[in-house]
Amino acid sequence: MDFGFAPIKTRAINYDKNDDRIIHYVLSHDASFNVCLSCGSCTATCIAGSLTNFNIRKMNTLLRRGEPEGLEIEVNKCMLCGKCHLVCPRGINTRNVIMLIKKAISEMKK
Amino acid sequence: MSNWKNYQKEICDDNFYYARSCIRQNFFPGSENIFVKILREVLNKNVYDDAEHTTCTGIGYHSDVVPFETIQTVVARNFSLMSNKGFENLAISCVTSFGIYTEITETWKHFPEEEQKIRGFLKKSTNREFIQPLIMSHCSDIFYKFRNEIFEKAKYSLVNKNTGKPLKVVEHIGCHYAKMFPEKGVGGAEFPQVLAGMITAWGGEVVDYPERRHCCGFGFRQYLVKANRGYSISNSIKKFEAMKPYKPDFIVANCPGCAMFMDKWQYTAKEMNGETYGENGEQIPVLTYEEMAGLVLGYNPWDLGLQMHQIDCEPLLKKMHYEYNPEDKFRNLKGEKIGEEAKG
Repeated sequence: MDFGFAPIKTRAINYDKNDDRIIHYVLSHDASFNVCLSCGSCTATCIAGSLTNFNIRKMNTLLRRGEPEGLEIEVNKCMLCGKCHLVCPRGINTRNVIMLIKKAISEMKK
Repeated sequence: MSNWKNYQKEICDDNFYYARSCIRQNFFPGSENIFVKILREVLNKNVYDDAEHTTCTGIGYHSDVVPFETIQTVVARNFSLMSNKGFENLAISCVTSFGIYTEITETWKHFPEEEQKIRGFLKKSTNREFIQPLIMSHCSDIFYKFRNEIFEKAKYSLVNKNTGKPLKVVEHIGCHYAKMFPEKGVGGAEFPQVLAGMITAWGGEVVDYPERRHCCGFGFRQYLVKANRGYSISNSIKKFEAMKPYKPDFIVANCPGCAMFMDKWQYTAKEMNGETYGENGEQIPVLTYEEMAGLVLGYNPWDLGLQMHQIDCEPLLKKMHYEYNPEDKFRNLKGEKIGEEAKG
């Protein structure tokens, strides 16, 4: 029934309901991702990010929130050059993280 | 224990001047009558129900329609009626009015010149003078104070007779009861005890759920403009979703807006997206505290006005094994049929 108004979708992050399967998959296969401090060096140096709106730091935040909508399109923007890995102050293998996200998405589709 | 004393307030114990609510008489018409009846017949108290008393105009004030000076003068007139009738204890039915009366008396305490200005307005407009109330209590405070005396005369307790376990009750306190002036509410803004005290004294179990202190969505501006009602119902849905896993048997509120919206928005949410928030796909009945007291005391549910609710209260009555006649649901005082329940 149309009442002329509708509920507004909440922006609250509900960790009980959100989808944390991808982040669990990544962390269980590459524990180095646990020590990310979200400094954004990866994003600053990203070649794909200078040509598109690809943003590893944002992707990391959304993954940890369990909000992976649109992730498949995002992750395919990465050119796997590995510069992010070189500049990461925590030595996280970010290129491997990208690959693991791709793997997790394809396994979830099975 | 000493800390808890800081969260108590003085509640008048007799000789009440009753300040009725404007919207409660429309949406929950039995509640105010049953309040007066319980005070007079069960608790043997003196209560004056004044036909000259008017709305506090709080809804207009919170909607920026009624200026502060106007609402102060209206409240001053109600104080004048009370003092002329020889009463000094104000029993306020509505949480919005309670907030208004408190806000105005606090303003006058800190800005005496404002009180003098309003005294001048009242004198010029009505030739009246007034004395401020000695004690102002919300009517739920009064039932809280006498909760054990009420239970001594109870015919029912808040127990699910099918399971033998206490009924699970969501208590909702109106924001203007204690969030504006915490020291004016039992338990303050952090630990409001006024409804929880009644529920536990009458055999029920209080549900402590994540959004317990969240606004019901009434919010004045949010519902007055139709385009904004999405904000209102979103608040209510947030609460319903948070309480749903605890399978509450009913909701009780001490504010007219909260009871009204938590009752009617459940219907609206079901019509909009098919969602229900009670057990087994049912909806959660919403009671006022007077209706809850009336049920405990064994009054006829149709005299309490339960047939006026959007959400059917009969599943709750059945859980309590309540003696009532379903045939009388839509009959007037003469016993004539006044209509049928809408189907579907």
